[in-house]
Amino acid sequence: MKPIIKVEGLGKQYRVGARQKFPTLRDSLVSAVRNPFNLLRTNGNSEMFWALRDVEFEVGNGEVIGIIGRNGAGKSTLLKILSRITDPTTGRVELYGRVASLLEVGTGFHPELTGRENVFLNGAILGMHKAEIDRKFDEIVAFAEIERFLDTPVKRYSSGMYVRLAFAVAAHLEPEILIVDEVLAVGDAQFQKKCLGKMNEVAKGGRTVLFVSHNMRAVAQLCGRCLWIDGGQIISRGPSNEVVVEYLSSSQPQKMDGLITKEMHYHDEVAELCFTRIALLDKDSNPTVVTYFGEPLRFRVEFEVLTPLEQIRLGLVINKFDETIVCAVQHTDAAMDLLNLQPGSYIAHIQIDIQLIPAPYYISLFAKPEGGYWTSGERSLDYIGHALAFNVEEVSAEGRAVLPTNALIHPASRWTLEGLEYN
Amino acid sequence: MTIGNNAGALAHAETSQNVEPPHTNTAASHEAVSSRLPDKPVVVIESRTWLALDLQELWAYRELLYFFMWRDVKVRYKQTALGVVWVILQPLLMMLVFAFLFGRTVGITSDGVSYPLFAYAGLVMWTFFSSAVNAAGNSLVNSASLITKVYFPRILVPAAAVGATLVDFGVSCVPLAILMIFWKVPLTWNLLLIPLFVVLVVVLAFGFGMWMAALNVKYRDIKLALPFVIQLWFFASPIIYPLSIIHGKLRSVLALNPMAGIIEGFRTSLYSHKAFDWRTIGFAAAVAAVFLVYSTYSFRRAERQFADLV
Repeated sequence: MKPIIKVEGLGKQYRVGARQKFPTLRDSLVSAVRNPFNLLRTNGNSEMFWALRDVEFEVGNGEVIGIIGRNGAGKSTLLKILSRITDPTTGRVELYGRVASLLEVGTGFHPELTGRENVFLNGAILGMHKAEIDRKFDEIVAFAEIERFLDTPVKRYSSGMYVRLAFAVAAHLEPEILIVDEVLAVGDAQFQKKCLGKMNEVAKGGRTVLFVSHNMRAVAQLCGRCLWIDGGQIISRGPSNEVVVEYLSSSQPQKMDGLITKEMHYHDEVAELCFTRIALLDKDSNPTVVTYFGEPLRFRVEFEVLTPLEQIRLGLVINKFDETIVCAVQHTDAAMDLLNLQPGSYIAHIQIDIQLIPAPYYISLFAKPEGGYWTSGERSLDYIGHALAFNVEEVSAEGRAVLPTNALIHPASRWTLEGLEYN
Repeated sequence: MTIGNNAGALAHAETSQNVEPPHTNTAASHEAVSSRLPDKPVVVIESRTWLALDLQELWAYRELLYFFMWRDVKVRYKQTALGVVWVILQPLLMMLVFAFLFGRTVGITSDGVSYPLFAYAGLVMWTFFSSAVNAAGNSLVNSASLITKVYFPRILVPAAAVGATLVDFGVSCVPLAILMIFWKVPLTWNLLLIPLFVVLVVVLAFGFGMWMAALNVKYRDIKLALPFVIQLWFFASPIIYPLSIIHGKLRSVLALNPMAGIIEGFRTSLYSHKAFDWRTIGFAAAVAAVFLVYSTYSFRRAERQFADLV
């Protein structure tokens, strides 16, 4: 298939460190007038840094491609070049279609203007024509659910309304190529779900989408293929599920010992209970990210209690990367009472006897206050969406191959055969 | 790496995800999209040193220019009690002050036109020029959040700033017309030359403002220096005094200021109180044109770096 995006030898160099100094305004002006773009040239006393180097890939028409990588890996630089915000230092990109980029929702929203006015302004900034916006206006407003506040300045909107309106405008763009960066990082869980649904719709509508996100679930679910970028270069590419697992399990060495870092917490502030570490254990109780088929899953979860807590429930959820919840286990399953905990460090040992089908999975952790349970509505004391990723191998610990299945579970079953009487 | 062993299972998981039959409509639109793929790339992105002005692209983005102007006009007087009255109030109050100061006390001659009329015409023109240069000069920096997030021809930003100020200029011409009727200024064919001077001042303001905007991205000094430069420029321009009261060498020096030819010419076309000084006007036009060409070139050169620097 003919590619719609062709990237060859793409590189972007930034200068870091000392700049040429202009001690006074007068010098600065004189120099600026004499040679206005002096400083844009390279000069000796600063270090060059390649944010992106020798990047090469093609995207087929209608493909949905995920781009993943750590912060500062070069993902955003790549998107900025593809959306023509900044020029590359080397290389070439050919685009065989119109591009719209969504690097942040609400780009160009003006707080003083009303919702109605901002729809038109934002639409125009994102590349829509007035006639097009006129046509889609009702649809946009309906999607954003802000009918009653159309003529209110957006500065009086709640942040939720603001984001909904901004996403609604962006979601109604109709370019051949759509570039999306972290849009789903905003809004509440319910709205994120709605955004994801819309993204799915866009993707299935035959549009080419480049999707950058830290939300691995979203990437695995939306994208067929995936590029993993690190240090400005493509480290791995291939089917999303594979690349995502590779990224999650191997990119950070601390992943093995399952340290839960600050940004992994769902809530910005964790003041009462804080998960600190999770590990999947092999039969020798060493941390692992790969387990054989049929082995019981054993986890060790470490957490800290910061204030005295009463009536709390701990839980662990196993998810597939397509967002299917495989199971959610809670400590009360084992006939334990709700926990009353004093400040201090704790370790929970969890064993789940389940035969997962060979696939990649990830673990979520939660702690609910006041007798809350997995699906109850109150805010968790702590929630880790992606605590740990692991793989279930296609072979059992004894090396017996598992027959492929497209079923959701593969429980242990016991079979006996009796010889029937026959004549 | 053990992950490779899972390829089969992964492929499998994927097929089970895709079991759901695709919607007929989406399949059709997919087809439509693929068949529309052009032979030549729509956009080629490469490293460039500078770019010629892409007029075709500017035309495609004309609606965005309009929306930017519309936003600027709309936002400027939001949540103000007097609103658009401010546009008229500024030059009008300035005129009263200068009329009292110079017209009554100092007694500057004004080429035979009554002083308030004389000063207001100059002030209207100057107010446009100074606000346009100031708005354009700060426009890119103020649009930093846009420039780092969305692509559009950057030249639209200073252009819209000048355009929005032009709307104010139009409004402040209403009291000018009223003053002219009040003072019974005779109608002459010279009035038809007004657009010429408006075009000249727009070109000059856009050229200078665009240059300042590009510099401002790199040197925030511009933001501080610009009001000061404009202030000096005010006194160097024949706004509250006629060029005719200056004699000798100083006059030739002041005539180098393109705003001199534009303001004097604008006033002459309004009041026909003297002959046009075509030499000064021609010089102003040449300066404005050169400024525009140079600024466009340097803006386009600097443009590719804006997102990295702003």
